[in-house]
Amino acid sequence: MAQTNNLGLSRNDYKGGKSTLCPGCGHDSIANQIISMAYELGIEQHNLIKMSGIGCSSKTPAYFLGRSHGFNALHGRMPSVVTGALMGNHTLKCVAVSGDGDTGSIGIGQFKHAIRRNIPFVYIIENNGVYGLTKGQFSATADEGQYLKYYGKNELPPIDLALEAIIGGATFVARSFSGDAKQVQALLQAAIRHQGIAVLDIISPCVTFNNAETSTKSYPYGKEHQISLHDIEIVSSGYVHEQQEITIEDYPENEVIQVQMHDGTVIQLKKLGQDHDPRNRMQAIQVLEQAQREQLFVTGLIYYEEPRPTLAQLENVTDTPLAKLKPEQLRPSRQQLADVMADFR
Amino acid sequence: MSALNLQYEPKISQDGKIVNDFAFVVATKNGSGSQTSNNVLVKSLFNMGIPVNGKNLFPSNIKGLPTWYTIRVSADGYTARRATTEIVIAYNQDTAAEDIQNLPEGGVCIIPADWKWTHSRDDIIWYEVPVKAIMDQSNTPRDFTKMVENMTYVGVVAQLFGIPLDEIKRALLDNFNGKEKPANMNFEVVQLAYDYAEQNLTKKDPYYFEYDNKTEGKIFITGNEAGALGAIFGGVNIVAWYPITPSTSLVDAVMSYKHLRQTDDGKNTMVIIQAEDELAAAGMLVGAGFVGARAMTATSGPGISLMAEFVGLAYFAEIPCVFWDITRMGPSTGLPTRTSQGDLLFTYVLGHGDTRHIVLLPGTPEEAFEFGWKSFDIAEVVQAPVFVLSDLDLGMNNWMADPFEYPDTPINRGKVLDAESLQAFIEKHGKWGRYMDVDGDGIGYRTIPGTDHPRAAYFARGTGHNELAVYSERSDDWINNLKRLRRKVETARHMLPKNVVDYDPAKSIGIMTFGTNEPAVVEARDWLKKQGVETNYLRVRALPLEDDVMDFIQKHDRVYIVENNFDGQLYQIICMENPQDLTHVVSLPLGDGLPMTARWIVEQVLEQENK
Repeated sequence: MAQTNNLGLSRNDYKGGKSTLCPGCGHDSIANQIISMAYELGIEQHNLIKMSGIGCSSKTPAYFLGRSHGFNALHGRMPSVVTGALMGNHTLKCVAVSGDGDTGSIGIGQFKHAIRRNIPFVYIIENNGVYGLTKGQFSATADEGQYLKYYGKNELPPIDLALEAIIGGATFVARSFSGDAKQVQALLQAAIRHQGIAVLDIISPCVTFNNAETSTKSYPYGKEHQISLHDIEIVSSGYVHEQQEITIEDYPENEVIQVQMHDGTVIQLKKLGQDHDPRNRMQAIQVLEQAQREQLFVTGLIYYEEPRPTLAQLENVTDTPLAKLKPEQLRPSRQQLADVMADFR
Repeated sequence: MSALNLQYEPKISQDGKIVNDFAFVVATKNGSGSQTSNNVLVKSLFNMGIPVNGKNLFPSNIKGLPTWYTIRVSADGYTARRATTEIVIAYNQDTAAEDIQNLPEGGVCIIPADWKWTHSRDDIIWYEVPVKAIMDQSNTPRDFTKMVENMTYVGVVAQLFGIPLDEIKRALLDNFNGKEKPANMNFEVVQLAYDYAEQNLTKKDPYYFEYDNKTEGKIFITGNEAGALGAIFGGVNIVAWYPITPSTSLVDAVMSYKHLRQTDDGKNTMVIIQAEDELAAAGMLVGAGFVGARAMTATSGPGISLMAEFVGLAYFAEIPCVFWDITRMGPSTGLPTRTSQGDLLFTYVLGHGDTRHIVLLPGTPEEAFEFGWKSFDIAEVVQAPVFVLSDLDLGMNNWMADPFEYPDTPINRGKVLDAESLQAFIEKHGKWGRYMDVDGDGIGYRTIPGTDHPRAAYFARGTGHNELAVYSERSDDWINNLKRLRRKVETARHMLPKNVVDYDPAKSIGIMTFGTNEPAVVEARDWLKKQGVETNYLRVRALPLEDDVMDFIQKHDRVYIVENNFDGQLYQIICMENPQDLTHVVSLPLGDGLPMTARWIVEQVLEQENK
């Protein structure tokens, strides 16, 4: 008999349709990790929406969580659709997938503004530095000096989306590598619990158009140059319906950072040679700056802070989602109309 | 200008007076505080029971450029803009020469005495107002002088034509929401100017205001305020927008009535989100509609342009949402403060691929309110974006109206399946697919996120899906989808607000129009009747067109289609969808940036009829 989670569902129940991406695409590994995350955490799929823009990465929500509503929206415009959806029903969880073209170029405005509004969702950027569906143009995250068959040499500096997210005010910013299943999984589990926007910039190599060793967004480069800031582990869960807390062993302080998240979840970061405290914004920015100069890519939870209020909280919406209010809550009374009319006499 | 050069003919009483049947234009500089003066004049007249309208013809500018405000009183209740006015208040030196030139013979010019203006015409009546002397005499703090000095013409108008000062006082208090201090500061200047006129000006003109009872029970409201109230009573949950003239005051009005949509413990059942651009605003609507919330935006042509891609997506993903287009001239800076009906064709077919949108066409504040709430029911029943096409004239000017009627039908959420009804659907039909047309009306059953059923989910996307909402690139799937969408358009066609029709089989000439040309056409029909041309009338209130439009066309020897755009867009839509002989249909398009006048329509029709 297949193993089941706390909802009595098997991992298969969290799958979606068959992928149509190139075999070996990094995006498929991320989709698999999303399936595992939702299965492991026992997430109710009907209370989660999966959203995307346009591009290879944006096709992937069709390949995971088949029992969740999904919306493949417009190129670069997923953030506004998520904003409307999560204001219409603030009780939904949301996993959204975008790419480096979708977010870094056409959608950079909506990316920044969703962060500014603190819309609480997991914003995954599957970043490969290249436009796949249109056959291999550079994206805005492509490395300076990189060669691509389509275009030749890229003379422009890359946009660092993790840096943009921190500067924009995101309270959970991580970077990872699609080949690092363990880290992606840990980050996803932490991100879905975050009660603010959680930006995950995941380097996800394009096996067809951008997998040359010289590209920082290739498998060989990633494997060679990934510098993980920490090992990440969820040591206690804020989810009430999950298992009881795991006792934390007493690590020496200078090697372990524990970050308690808003819902009570504790994540533990085991130091790996780097001395990085993700709660320090200036340090987070510096780490990314330094990495960019050295053409390294640091992975892990780069920045975390207690989330600011979400837009729905700031707007003080009813506890019942706006989309589920009863007709009598939506239409003021006859007397109220009469009173208003008197203002205009 | 027509060769006919018709002049408005007011009623003249036996003693030579013209009572409550004339128009004046106030020429000032933008940002000089004249808005208050003009509002006070119009509201005073309304409170006196005299049918009145005010049209603000203003520049795209915060301060300094010329602005004109036309006020018309009409005992007969005509509220269209008049092409010419008998009286000018020439308070803008930059335009005074032309403003005075535009007066008809026997007209009246009220002008500051400080300018030492030569009497450029001797066939008009001059009243000079020593604005500076009056202001010096008043206790107005220096900082406020420029803002208050326009009150001098209010005082002079009140004295010359007969508005009792207590009516002015009442309107001032109303204007300042009951605050005595600013009301008194303004009133002092009105009083001084009134006294000056009484002692120094000799009345030489025939124009008088007199109390009437024709505004009893009426309200005075802008179309934008009406639309906002409609949305609030229609259960809007999310208003996502980006500021743009002339739609901004619609969202402002939603904000000012936010309390109507708060629970007892102060929580909001409706939120307003100022987006980073119109594109994002449209995206928010689509997201909100997808999860089952009622969402709308208010914008104008340039904003609609940016929203085009999302509107197309909403059409094909079948997401309910409401778009108000307060139409102005465009594109770019265009003539952002001038009215237009130029977005009719644009909104009707907006989007790439084959689209036909529902477009509601309010012509009065009552309809702005009614279509305001109804648009959400229509959007959810049809599962489609709905446009409400208003314009600057309706949106930003005050109109007389009857108090709004409370919605006469309950909120209709359309075909939404919860877990239970989804189960029943599956048991009945063997399966459920988002785009299955089991009722034959082209409208599927939708589920919304949060529905606790293992088969409730579907994946929304624009193109390329079959009836189960599964990705498909098969031609037959796509054609079937387009055919079903066309069935849906046909269903919608017959459930929209009915056209206004005034038909008498004895008449062989028809006039057709839409939106805010209503008052001009109503007046033009009376005027034409006096000229021996009797007409029937149809005012289109929605696209796609209801069958009675062609019916009306076929029953007449000649039909004039009057619209305030240059291309004759309603005419084009009728021709496009009805390939039969329409040579007896005459397109009368204008599109000059101003609210339509009866005179223009009468001239156009007479020229054709006299051929």
